[in-house]
Amino acid sequence: MSAVESTDVLVIGSGFGGAIAAYHLAAGGARVEVLERGPWLSAEEFEHDFKFGTSSTRIFDFVIGEGMSLLGGNCVGGGSVVYFAAMPRAPRFVFDRQGGTGRRMWPAAISRDALEPWYDRVAEALPVTQMTWDDATYAGGLWGAACHAAGRTANPVPAAIDRELCTNCNWMMAGCRFDAKRSLLLNYLPAALAHGARIRPLHEVQQISRTEDGGYRVAYNVVHDVDYRVVVGSGSIEAKIVVLAAGTGATPVILQRSEAALGPMPYAVGRYFSGNGERLNTAILDEDKVGELLGLSRGGDRRYAANQIGKGPTVATWDHLDPARPEYERFCLEQLYFPPGLGTILAQVPDATGPTWFGAQKKEMVKRWQSWLTVFTMSEDDNEGVFGAPPPTGNAARFSQQMLGFGPLKYVPTPNTLRGWELSDAEARRILEKDGLARVMPWTNDVVGAYTVHPLSSCRIGDDPATSALDDRHELRGHPGIFVTDGSAVPGALLANPAFTIAALAERAIPGIVEAARARGVDVVYGAPAPDGGVSARGAALKAAARMSGH
Amino acid sequence: MEETFDGDPSETATLEAYADTIVPGEKRWPGDRAIAGVSAGGGAVAAGAVELMRTDAGGLAPALPDLVRALNAHAEAYRDRLGLERDDSVPAFVALSGEHRVALVSELVAPGHPEKMLWVGMAIFSNMAFDVGAHLHTSEAMASGHPGLAALGYFQPDPDGLWRFPDFSYRRPLADHHPDTTPSGSPA
Repeated sequence: MSAVESTDVLVIGSGFGGAIAAYHLAAGGARVEVLERGPWLSAEEFEHDFKFGTSSTRIFDFVIGEGMSLLGGNCVGGGSVVYFAAMPRAPRFVFDRQGGTGRRMWPAAISRDALEPWYDRVAEALPVTQMTWDDATYAGGLWGAACHAAGRTANPVPAAIDRELCTNCNWMMAGCRFDAKRSLLLNYLPAALAHGARIRPLHEVQQISRTEDGGYRVAYNVVHDVDYRVVVGSGSIEAKIVVLAAGTGATPVILQRSEAALGPMPYAVGRYFSGNGERLNTAILDEDKVGELLGLSRGGDRRYAANQIGKGPTVATWDHLDPARPEYERFCLEQLYFPPGLGTILAQVPDATGPTWFGAQKKEMVKRWQSWLTVFTMSEDDNEGVFGAPPPTGNAARFSQQMLGFGPLKYVPTPNTLRGWELSDAEARRILEKDGLARVMPWTNDVVGAYTVHPLSSCRIGDDPATSALDDRHELRGHPGIFVTDGSAVPGALLANPAFTIAALAERAIPGIVEAARARGVDVVYGAPAPDGGVSARGAALKAAARMSGH
Repeated sequence: MEETFDGDPSETATLEAYADTIVPGEKRWPGDRAIAGVSAGGGAVAAGAVELMRTDAGGLAPALPDLVRALNAHAEAYRDRLGLERDDSVPAFVALSGEHRVALVSELVAPGHPEKMLWVGMAIFSNMAFDVGAHLHTSEAMASGHPGLAALGYFQPDPDGLWRFPDFSYRRPLADHHPDTTPSGSPA
């Protein structure tokens, strides 16, 4: 009964970092087990329903920290199930950022050019599609037209969305009912299963320890399928290789909790967290002016009033992604959608004479919700987030049965970060308040601190052991055989929606993980095609892998 | 599914008064004390804030008696600090006028207040009740005229309870692309 299970590769988490590793390692011949702390749902279980206990809370986590709240996936497929599937590549200059380190934050081996073959692999696998103005939603089109009227450029954003299946329901955060969003449930994960990988939902990793033969033992709790606060079982699995991809909010917490058993962690574990410089502004449009100034019409006398319609972000302006500008003054402004609740509470009333985020004036503002336009800033923050002592289990003290908890992250924005937000707020106002088109206010940071839907960098790659937890192969310094492939590995803010870059980095890390597994006696090879068998991006990746390993 | 109960009337009135401070509504009957009556139409209370606070799923229910006691203690201190008239016929927070409730809640949720997260939590539940009716199935809430979803102008779903918008785009170019866009549509 107490026999410890064993496998070749244990993957913690089934988002981009975990699913990509699980697929390639299983396809290459390794025995792979995946532990995922959230539930396993498929399209017919993704509901259009805000009720607590439906998919909108089963698969989504909102973790309140001190000064920063994290929003993310909690299910098989991880962030890919709840994301908006916007998939731009990170601008070239991002890879040369220094942050506060006085040197290039990224490993010397990684540049935009070096990452292109790996982006291409992901683009083929999901796939990622270039979007056109016909795909831009009313909100996206409005943002584009406002940018144009203010003398700016704007682009439809590439996305991992099947436009033939998409109904523009804007329920993406509760999972895609129509399988239009190309989540990992449709590509890497089923392919991993086909190659014999096993996925165990509701298995939350508690701690990693070392075995006598140089491998690892991973202890987990099984959590209740409705009330995630309740532990209903526990166990452990031994593995030769551990791929840790629990998400930026959880990966460092697992390592911190394991420090007593594993020995000292690199300094950067649980430090240098970045919120991707994220910030939101809400504009309230004057519907008449949408017609007069922008010439937009939905037919009849309807101009916009379509906040609810769409598929998350569809149009962005990249005018401030200017490599000539100094660091911390560059940002992307992207049209976005948030459902009511999470998307309404923090919005502030323009010209409020009382409280800005609650009360009678806020209620009046909410009555104009269909005329809201949400504008999303991704800027350069200062990697100033630090994780405190880990909670007893998981990565948060769960408050509600699902979704809501309190985590150990502390984030005090530096003047650099604040300046980026201020500049982007001002630019959003310049574009949208021009000629009285709209009134714009940023979301308040006074309620739950800042917030991010793209947490990054809490266990990052780099060349400098003082400021990075992982080497450029994603192996945890001082703990050979543990690899980290999720958003925590990204060195800093990306000025773009990060899923594509996280996935490309995970693809890039795989040949190194395969090599490490082989060195530990696992019979595994690298070189699987895309999950659907496609091989158009494989050749360049194989060449890049050969260069990396020095062959 | 979730257990709900009416609870102690003074507890209910206090919770209602708090929720009504976050999203105000109109009085339900003449002499309704819990609702300040500073806004037309239903507010958080009519939207079901107290029911939501009392769901098992929300996690707030076990803390409510303590929260109500603490809120009324803060209200007594506030009343005494401002020299307001005492009214023991209702809980101390309910006895405050709408304006004073707003002032007190603003203090409680301000950055730096030691209990801030408790009161922010209560506010979030009040908002979640009004903005989405998180204690109700959304299609049922829509069908029964939930005041928050109605205020938002949330569109009706298709007959199967799912939302689909075949008309979603202006379908024409509306801006010039950034000159450094790559062939795959990303920033260079």
